[in-house]
Amino acid sequence: MTLIEERRNAHQVRRLNKPDPAARSRGGQRFLLVGLVLASAYSLFPVWWLIVAATKNRTSLYQSNGLWFSGMHLWANVRQVFTYENGIFLRWTANSFLYAGVGSLGGTLIALATGYGLARFEFPGRSAVFACVVGSFLIPIALLTLPLYLMFSKIGLVDTPWAMLIPCLINPFSVYLAKVYTEATVPFELLEAARLDGAGELRIFFSIVLRMMTTGGATVFLLAFVNTWNAFFLPLTVLRGEENWTLNIGLYNWSGKRLESGVDLTSLVLTGALLSIVPMAVMMVAMRRYWRTGVTLGALK
Amino acid sequence: MIRSQRWKGAAFTVPFQLGFVFLYLIPIGYAVYESLFVEHQSGLGLGGSTQRFSGLDNYQQGLTDSAFMNSVLRVVLFACVQIPVMLLISLLLALFLDALSSKAAGRFRIFLLVPYMIPGVVAAIVWINLYSPDVGPLTPLGKVFGLSWNFFAPSMVWPSIGNLLTWHGIGYNMVIIYAALQGVPRDLFEAARLDGASEFRVATSIKIPYVRGALVLTGMLSIIQMLQIFNEPALFRNVTPQTVNDSFTPIMIIYNQAFNAGNYHYAAALSVLLALILGLASFLFYRLTAKEAD
Repeated sequence: MTLIEERRNAHQVRRLNKPDPAARSRGGQRFLLVGLVLASAYSLFPVWWLIVAATKNRTSLYQSNGLWFSGMHLWANVRQVFTYENGIFLRWTANSFLYAGVGSLGGTLIALATGYGLARFEFPGRSAVFACVVGSFLIPIALLTLPLYLMFSKIGLVDTPWAMLIPCLINPFSVYLAKVYTEATVPFELLEAARLDGAGELRIFFSIVLRMMTTGGATVFLLAFVNTWNAFFLPLTVLRGEENWTLNIGLYNWSGKRLESGVDLTSLVLTGALLSIVPMAVMMVAMRRYWRTGVTLGALK
Repeated sequence: MIRSQRWKGAAFTVPFQLGFVFLYLIPIGYAVYESLFVEHQSGLGLGGSTQRFSGLDNYQQGLTDSAFMNSVLRVVLFACVQIPVMLLISLLLALFLDALSSKAAGRFRIFLLVPYMIPGVVAAIVWINLYSPDVGPLTPLGKVFGLSWNFFAPSMVWPSIGNLLTWHGIGYNMVIIYAALQGVPRDLFEAARLDGASEFRVATSIKIPYVRGALVLTGMLSIIQMLQIFNEPALFRNVTPQTVNDSFTPIMIIYNQAFNAGNYHYAAALSVLLALILGLASFLFYRLTAKEAD
């Protein structure tokens, strides 16, 4: 697709983006609004309940109406979460940030380079690489995780941060997105011009392409970050000692304590769950421009 | 393109290719290799164990393992109910949003996307507590209407998990379908309306056929996820281990075989089988939806 064509398409989309004034009748509009309000209530009330529950002490958690406040114990609960077992929760939070942050940063860089290579160069084996990217979407996580566990345990990586960080470096979905973004934002003409000016390929990539790809790169990073932050099967498998766990694994463990040893940590689990959403929510709201395009672009291509 | 430039282009993909070989191809090859062996206890089990080549025995065992095949069947049946329900709700909400002014639509879209921002494990924790007869508000709510539901009863566990997955998934699927709807040329609607088509007719004859691609994609992604479902049942197992046993879903069986029973060879064979089932299911779904288009 040429630049002009792309620009025309973008223009067309913008023009088409106007709302469709369907159901112009009042009754129709009301019906739509009622439906959407109900759906919003369904989406929001569990979160509301979680926020309310995190402000209660144990007695009122069990005895008061779940959908309304009863006493304000949020800070006491938060303190308890962070001091339980010598502040292990803080350790889990730091681990989650480490794995998601560093892993996604490395993974994004590799994905951008690969996407650029796939989108803007012809080379033998290009379609094979792309086939691997798309084909890997169908591989069940267990098929990769179990042998990885065995391989990592042979070289002593199990139960170290590396066991989480290394798999994060290769993310086929990120590569796919990066390829789509490169096709949309990096024109051939510009690369040719840079080459005529005598710029080397590496220099072109680092000082021109990466700069043009900030938006795309931010989306790839954000989605990879969310993915790693939410990961469950991989950390459950490769991280054995609790000092290396992520928030997810820690919360899973706490929620199982009641059955295992009769200790009821419900209050702790709920406050911890709320706390573990906060970084995600802040990040998603701050970067909503990026992830909205990421979600839809990835789907439409 | 100049020859040297081609190779430089290929060089950009080398880190990924190397990583892909070490983190995808070799592990898969290793799993397939391991699946062809069985652990052989020597003597009284004192001399340790040795590996013995067993061909496809593990696969044969997997295909006749009623626990494994039942778990696959269970998940497939569940997928056949939950995914259509979730996608139907997502489609309806997308159509509703499409009919609003963009300002109002933007506001509702944010509300509907809130569940998507919540990690799956946390979503499961929240709903398990909502369902809980001790702390959850749903049990007293049921009593108001004279219902004494138990969300963890054997007949209710799948509906409970289904509701959790639907709650978690509608926002994401809705956004994808909504984005596809935005791409439909608006003139088409006007033309249809001028011809006297009702709004319902416009939605069913123009809008829905236009977003078929998005529906197929979201359906495919949901199937792939569903066959590998693990987090939600694992967390349910924490509160109701009698109902959600350790062979509830295929991945739970594989995990238990590998880490609790220590039967890694068999777990490897099962995970290869699951990959084949996943490929088959995706293929069938693709064929089915492609046929409908004709």
